[in-house]
Amino acid sequence: MSMPYYVAPEQIMKDRADYARKGIARGRAMVALRYAGGIALVAENSSNTLRKVSEIYDRIAFAGVGKYNEFDQLRVAGVRAADLKGFQYSRDDVDARSLANSYAQMLGQIFTHEMKPMEVEILVAEVAHDDISDQLFHILYDGTVVDERRFSVLGGDADAITARLNESWTEGLELDACLKAAVAALAGPDRQLVADDLEVALLDRAAERRCFRRLDDDVVGAYLATSPPSAE
Amino acid sequence: MSMPMFAAGDDPGASFPELLRRMGLQAVAPTSDASVLLTPHATTCIALRFADGVVMAGDRRATSGNLISHRSMEKLVQADAFSGVAIAGAAGPAMEMIKLFQLQLEHYEKVEGSSLSLEGKANQLSMMVRSNLPAAMQGLAVVPIFGGFDPRRNTGRLWTYDITGGRYEEHEFVSTGSGSLHAGTVIKLGHRPQITRDEAINLACRALWEAADADSATGGPDALRGIYPVVATITAQGWQRIGDDDLAERYVTIASEMRSRT
Repeated sequence: MSMPYYVAPEQIMKDRADYARKGIARGRAMVALRYAGGIALVAENSSNTLRKVSEIYDRIAFAGVGKYNEFDQLRVAGVRAADLKGFQYSRDDVDARSLANSYAQMLGQIFTHEMKPMEVEILVAEVAHDDISDQLFHILYDGTVVDERRFSVLGGDADAITARLNESWTEGLELDACLKAAVAALAGPDRQLVADDLEVALLDRAAERRCFRRLDDDVVGAYLATSPPSAE
Repeated sequence: MSMPMFAAGDDPGASFPELLRRMGLQAVAPTSDASVLLTPHATTCIALRFADGVVMAGDRRATSGNLISHRSMEKLVQADAFSGVAIAGAAGPAMEMIKLFQLQLEHYEKVEGSSLSLEGKANQLSMMVRSNLPAAMQGLAVVPIFGGFDPRRNTGRLWTYDITGGRYEEHEFVSTGSGSLHAGTVIKLGHRPQITRDEAINLACRALWEAADADSATGGPDALRGIYPVVATITAQGWQRIGDDDLAERYVTIASEMRSRT
């Protein structure tokens, strides 16, 4: 009878984490930032049909980077969970925190028990009615949840993008300044991103019920073309 | 919040009612005659086409037998950005159906990333009415009308249903509920194909007035409590509900017209 080779659990976990991280790093990054009127979600995405950012519920948005079919599966599960909860209880009872916890449970379970971890990083963002209670939950491939206050960076090259946003992001940015900061941070010093390379959506605090709204390329182009903010 | 996940070949897709069935949350039909229970019933709703879209309207009264159970029920609601649904019949199942229908349109839009076509929405509603058939056989019938603006054909469209889920598209107007005969006759007489939005709203108001005048289960405008019918237009600009102040003025005009005749 053949015996399986012994592999230390630390090694198994490390191999899986490396595998997931490699998959995620292959794709393009995305950022979500709070601005004066809500939350802006900006992804580098050359496709106009395969979305990285989408609506989950009235005040909640989803974003994913990494392997498309995997985060899309998570997105649909989130829409279902939110709609079921709103149907059973009230629309007011659907919140990002509990959704983020469910995602974390699921990703953690898959990371330890399945053959292959999911090669995704996801974000659950909820825009609050006031401008201090917005929530950004960043969930990693192994189920780790990070609650971020200012902005969230997902995907490959996250450290460099975070460093750039640390320089440019301030509390209460206007939308145009916020989009410029996001695009500059995604592009880095050596590249220039135009509206066609981007997928931009907002969680608009002032909206009556469904706060999620996509900005099409013309609108994004117009925001990016306005005169630079005084900080630059 | 549990995450509903399904295997690839076993996925309920963008259908919310199917998802509810999978989760064991679907409504259960009564097993014996429920018409004796005197549940509240909602009454007259109408819709008509005009040059740029459709006008929909519904009175506000719900009755239980000979009693008025609600004075301010909203039987006409926005289904999504470009459509509305109005319901006559047993109020409980009717309101549940409206809620489920609204949710289904939104659910589809979110899961698929694009809206259903107007015809697709009408078909969805048909399936919901059909699935209510066991309850309808026990006395809890629900008969909706559906209207909306079809951006692909650039025109307003209307559908009427029967309790079996039969779906019939109409080109001029539709009406449902106990006062539908009277309301429908008023519209039939006043309707022209290229009627303007303003004329169409007036005609809808007048139709509900006549229905309330002749049918005890239909509520008229209630100036004392400030309760007016729900009236909305759906055009290329989307759903737009007519304000109570506007309706109050229209009803003052109708009342003075009636007075001048006597």
